[in-house]
Amino acid sequence: MERIALVGVGQTGFERRKTDTYEELVFEAAGKALSDAGARIGDIENIITVSNDFWDGRTISSMAIQDAAGSWGRDISTVEGDGTFGILYGMMRILSGSFNTTLVVCHSKGSEGEMNLITNAMFDPLFQRSLGIDAVSSAALQARAYMDLSGAREEDFALVSVKNHGNALNNPMSQLAMELTVENVMASRKVADPLKLLDCSPISDGAAAVVLANRKGLSRFKKDPVWIKGVGHCADSYSLGYRDLARPRALNNAAEKAYAMAGIKKPLKEIDAAEIYDAFSYMEPLWYEGLGFSAEGKGVELLRDGATSMGGAIPVNPSGGVISAHAVLVAGMVRVIEAVLQVRGEAGKRQVKGAKTALAHGINGPCGQAHCVYVVGS
Amino acid sequence: MGKKTAIVGFGQTYQRSSRKDVNGVELINEAVRAALDDAQLSIKDIDAVVIGNMDHFEGINYVDMWSVEGSGGVMKPVFKVTTGGTTGTTVAMCGYYHVASGMFDRVLAIGWEKNSESDTTGAIITAFHPVWERPNIGGAIAGLAVEASLYMNKYGVTERDGARVAVRERLHGLNNPYTHLHQDWMKGMESEQLVNLLVSSEQNKVLAWPLRMSDMCPRTDGAAAVIFASEDVAEKISPRPAWVASTHNRHNYVYLGDIDWADNDTLAAASSAVFRDAGIKEPLKEVDVCELYLPYSYAGLKWMESMGFCGPGEGPKLVWDGVTDMDGELPVNPSGGVMCSNPIGATGLIRVGEAALQIMGRAGDRQVKRNVNFAMATGFGGCNWSDVMLLGGKKPS
Repeated sequence: MERIALVGVGQTGFERRKTDTYEELVFEAAGKALSDAGARIGDIENIITVSNDFWDGRTISSMAIQDAAGSWGRDISTVEGDGTFGILYGMMRILSGSFNTTLVVCHSKGSEGEMNLITNAMFDPLFQRSLGIDAVSSAALQARAYMDLSGAREEDFALVSVKNHGNALNNPMSQLAMELTVENVMASRKVADPLKLLDCSPISDGAAAVVLANRKGLSRFKKDPVWIKGVGHCADSYSLGYRDLARPRALNNAAEKAYAMAGIKKPLKEIDAAEIYDAFSYMEPLWYEGLGFSAEGKGVELLRDGATSMGGAIPVNPSGGVISAHAVLVAGMVRVIEAVLQVRGEAGKRQVKGAKTALAHGINGPCGQAHCVYVVGS
Repeated sequence: MGKKTAIVGFGQTYQRSSRKDVNGVELINEAVRAALDDAQLSIKDIDAVVIGNMDHFEGINYVDMWSVEGSGGVMKPVFKVTTGGTTGTTVAMCGYYHVASGMFDRVLAIGWEKNSESDTTGAIITAFHPVWERPNIGGAIAGLAVEASLYMNKYGVTERDGARVAVRERLHGLNNPYTHLHQDWMKGMESEQLVNLLVSSEQNKVLAWPLRMSDMCPRTDGAAAVIFASEDVAEKISPRPAWVASTHNRHNYVYLGDIDWADNDTLAAASSAVFRDAGIKEPLKEVDVCELYLPYSYAGLKWMESMGFCGPGEGPKLVWDGVTDMDGELPVNPSGGVMCSNPIGATGLIRVGEAALQIMGRAGDRQVKRNVNFAMATGFGGCNWSDVMLLGGKKPS
């Protein structure tokens, strides 16, 4: 298969409440991605936008940002799901031979919605919604299931919060950069047992964009490309009760596909840095297992050993991760952007030294029902 | 370069004003099973699933995730796209690109809507800007009425011309067992006589002048599924697959004042891009049948001009001359089209599926009596957003 390059990346800063409109956020991110690539909108042959009608409170949410994405007179489509899926569609459209370049944009303003009601609407309208279940309370069920399987304790999960909020101190785009201790996390307000405030990602506003190109399209850009070496996506069952919440088999499947495509056999050794979707602290060790970084139930050992800290064998979320800035949908695209910056050696103070191969991961649906995994490299 | 891609299977549910016998996931499953049966495949043969609808109609967030047990997406790559009225064609395009990319060989594309569970107009209003537009723009009908009256004024088009399109769609729909509106009372009557009835009947209420009840599409419950396959497997699955010759779209509109309402410029641009790809110079002669997303009658006049099937202002003559009837030079909407059935997220995909059936020669009573080399399908939505997909009987070179 022909290889596709990530040649331009852009993200806004992430904040609890931005006064910019959706159009302004997308315009900023798209402009940054284009100028990063050394491109103009005229170099772009087609556009993919990513948005969600519930989060935007608007039917056909992509309508609001068409002009900001530069879609006038071009082929365009809209993915409703995590930004990683948007990048995948942009990639497919180039691979089809119809286009040489794609701009993918993604936006979200958590500040303009009600997280509880919007994520409650993911669940079955007759049997589950009236229980009040939402993203946080369903995550708490998953955290508990994972604790039962692995023997992990709340203090172990707190290590994720300490590590990632600490990493965020090196990332000027992040929202929650904090020096924390396990005690701080344990003492924070209980949100949904066993999750406490500092186990949960914040509500965020922001946007992101990437420019994709094939070899032919690359001639238009100034920037050296980072290549998508592997990608895979997969969805598990919908009902929480049909799934084993502590065994992310869809992530196993997606990661295996991405690794096979990238020729990776030992991810822990061959991947230099990873940006994964830690919407809640417990998710990070659980996704380690799904990604094959550790055996089942052993994810927390990587945390305890510091293997995933900066300077460890495989630094995870050098950017601070989703727990430090969580613009829904955008956060997955930011994982890819951060992976690109690592491979380029342009990650500033959060740079993992000598990173050549990086992993990025996004999720869709309650408790990580679907996953999309990228391996990128120089 | 990517893979040549063809449609090898199509399934649709019976479409009705309210399908109380099934819930949304079951409705989706009905279409998926029908498509798999049509292609003689099992769900195990499917490599990836693409789905779309309009979220606010049924009030389900993350429909791609909610529906996996019905769509067959459990432990498969699943993807959601949505673009309003164009969702069905957007799903088709996404299914096409999944296969054309070379990443997947057999992809299931699903569109669905259960309008009986929705406040359709309430949801559509929220498509518009919350501050500047929502207070003064109604749902779908008012904008289309403005478009129709502009067109009538420019070319001296009459209500009879619009009614002639409505009559054609409803007569064609009588041949389609799946479609929602079966106006059996029209059976055996002449078009002229039906037009006279529609424009004079007091029962045929004016909704927003010049649009009467008979000029509009219904709200429908229904689902559809199309199976796309790569050139490596397509001909093994189907003896005569419907190849995707080209597909393009334009979604220009953001604000009401952005577009010239006198023309459908997105449909014009997307159609001409598709015709250019396929080497089509005289669309009226070279395209054999159309399944067009005509949400209301006057679109069947004006948009024919936008697509280049006739000159500006010549739409009414084309239709009155019978060119677009079943036995005409370019039969339009043998299925009865959107004015007979509009399960919104499925509607565009049904156009693509019906166009594919015409190429495969499997459209039953609605099959056109001619050899079909090119069949054209369109989607309409947003506000004057257009998707176009051209299917061909021959594998593209």
